[in-house]
Amino acid sequence: MSTFLGMPSARTGRGPSPSAAPDTLAGVGRPEDPLHWGASFPDAAKAALDNDQLRRNLGKATSTIRTKRARVVDEVPDWEALRDTGSAVKTDVMARLPELLEELERNVTARGGVVHWARDAAEANRIVASLVREKETDEVVKVKSMATQEIGLNEALAEEGIAAVETDLAELIVQLADDMPSHILVPAIHRNRTEIRDIFLERMADAPPDLTDVPRELAMAARAHLRRKFLSAKVAISGANFAVADTGTLAVVESEGNGRMCLTLPETLITVMGIEKLVPTFDDLEVFLQLLPRSSTGERMNPYTSMWTGVTPGDGPQEFHLVLLDNGRTKVLADEAGRSALNCIRCSACLNVCPVYERVGGHAYGSVYPGPIGAILTPQLTGEQSDLPYASTLCGACYEVCPVKIDIPSILVELRAREVSLTAGSSGDTADRVWSAAMKAASFAMADGARFRRAARVPRLLRAISRNGVIKRLPFPGSLWTRSRDLMEPPKQTFRDWWAGREEQR
Amino acid sequence: MTDAKAEILSRIRAALGSEEDSAGTAGAVPREYRSAGEHAPGSAAVLALLIDRLEDYKAHVHRTAPAEIPALLARLIAERSAERQEVGSSNYRSPDVLPTTPEAGGRRSVVVPSGLEPGWLSGLAGVDVRTDSRDAPLSAAELDETDAVVTAARVAVAETGTIVLDGEPDQGRRAISLVPDVHVCVVRTDQVVQTVPEAVRLLGTDPGRPLTWISGPSATSDIELERVEGVHGPRTLHVVLVS
Repeated sequence: MSTFLGMPSARTGRGPSPSAAPDTLAGVGRPEDPLHWGASFPDAAKAALDNDQLRRNLGKATSTIRTKRARVVDEVPDWEALRDTGSAVKTDVMARLPELLEELERNVTARGGVVHWARDAAEANRIVASLVREKETDEVVKVKSMATQEIGLNEALAEEGIAAVETDLAELIVQLADDMPSHILVPAIHRNRTEIRDIFLERMADAPPDLTDVPRELAMAARAHLRRKFLSAKVAISGANFAVADTGTLAVVESEGNGRMCLTLPETLITVMGIEKLVPTFDDLEVFLQLLPRSSTGERMNPYTSMWTGVTPGDGPQEFHLVLLDNGRTKVLADEAGRSALNCIRCSACLNVCPVYERVGGHAYGSVYPGPIGAILTPQLTGEQSDLPYASTLCGACYEVCPVKIDIPSILVELRAREVSLTAGSSGDTADRVWSAAMKAASFAMADGARFRRAARVPRLLRAISRNGVIKRLPFPGSLWTRSRDLMEPPKQTFRDWWAGREEQR
Repeated sequence: MTDAKAEILSRIRAALGSEEDSAGTAGAVPREYRSAGEHAPGSAAVLALLIDRLEDYKAHVHRTAPAEIPALLARLIAERSAERQEVGSSNYRSPDVLPTTPEAGGRRSVVVPSGLEPGWLSGLAGVDVRTDSRDAPLSAAELDETDAVVTAARVAVAETGTIVLDGEPDQGRRAISLVPDVHVCVVRTDQVVQTVPEAVRLLGTDPGRPLTWISGPSATSDIELERVEGVHGPRTLHVVLVS
């Protein structure tokens, strides 16, 4: 396997760029494709790095959660054994996916639930919209769910005249600001308390006019705002953290109680779940209920976990629909080297430890799945060429904290290698042609001692254009490299020259 | 079989190729983690751990003997309205959109599941006790106008500070322990296990019951990751440990 650790060639943008605008409430808008929006990663990252407020918000938040996680993980004497089991259970699930999905369907159906299958986002959205329409309501309450973010469900429902109300506090903030989530667990992590107060004041009709930016007061304003909606909603939509094949049990893990409200009070519950969310047996929950909360929020256990199996007469929703979603997951499964990305339980520990994520934030990734896991999962789900595998320093911190031991750095390297072999000289792109030519030139020079010696003299010329030991801009084609980084002034001497001099002095 | 189902299953089989393992590899999954703790259920060490963890997450813990339960419940339900007054004045900024509740000093209300031990309620003089069951459920609006709820529990996990309700008649429908603002949960000490696996295996004997795992009052950390206790679920959680 060849390894390429640099930055990718420049690519054309992906539509309007998420503008970094710290002094406005407006979010980045809702993109057409939640897995592929905004500028290319290098451009979006550059813009994000110029946003001091964003960097402060992120730096504070990620360091807080890293500390919390480390503390509660250290408490668990058998943490590594739990990781080993978590990883093995998920690998086993992928190997037996067809039989386990059918087992889940049988058990959900036997308990009064209805199972639907959706090949892609559009099909899932159609199924959900038609189920909601049957209930003759134009408003549904939603539990935070990555799967429904991924398929753009809210926008699809809006086109049908159905308002989907996000009830998780952070998702509500994102929705009110017409924004996109920037973190898997804390979608509004890019906002600070003052921005959130301003969003509430401007966009939440019943926000108290004298609202301050104290987090407790902001949370209470959201409580008051959502209370009536919970009590009157006819239909709720959720995702699922786990589905148990051998019992048909679904599990949702949450903190605020908005999940319990949605899963308990409405008459109808629709759950949209990726096909990889399975665990084989009920007992397997004992592993994941230890791994997930400690990795995710840094708590020993999240405040609320709800588990339900089909319909329970007289308790909770009396109509339950489960939508099983592919939407690219079988493409990931087909990739033997990258398949383990499907093991992800969406804890977001890898985001919080990533030096790249901490500096550029979630929006730069242009996907609802940001950070290290997003950098491998997003291109695999879409099957498109992507610069996301380069959004990493390969420091390995993501692997260290992953509760199901996904070897993200190795998959990143594999995806980079594929990207390079796919694009090298094959497109008409200038940067690609230059890259290909440079690689050919390098292999020509390095294949012969004399040629390498002559080539090694070139950097000395660069000293002529450096200022204070730094080269800000190289002439083309080197400008493609210095566009996003400064180059250190080359040393006065090459190693070869130094060695030769040392030998002479002996 | 729908077209979508057939196509997804065939995509999966194609993706797995010859690797599909219909025989199962469950035997290959290592399980070296602790399946139980070193302390027996209900032991002093386990109880101390549970209390520490519950209090760390801002639940209120009360230890009591069976005979003292009625008096303790009466006190906790009464305390409640004083707290409500305080919360109402300092934290609620828009009282007009709040659920209607009895005036402070007025008659307090509590919902109980139909299977709750009746003797526990004998101290609740002057309190409006509303009984709820699957056959005779209170509406969401009625629950919203109820101050507190008292339930039993199925199991508690010491290491994580968790109590689990499974919807049996002494714990009731999921909605009753959710909508009122104060949850008083009565746990017998012999129901307290040390680890998550012990609890899951106990619950696994009836996995189809609706389960609610509760670890402290509802909370959010969505604003700058600063923890705020009490969002949509009960803002006050009392755990009464009975031995």
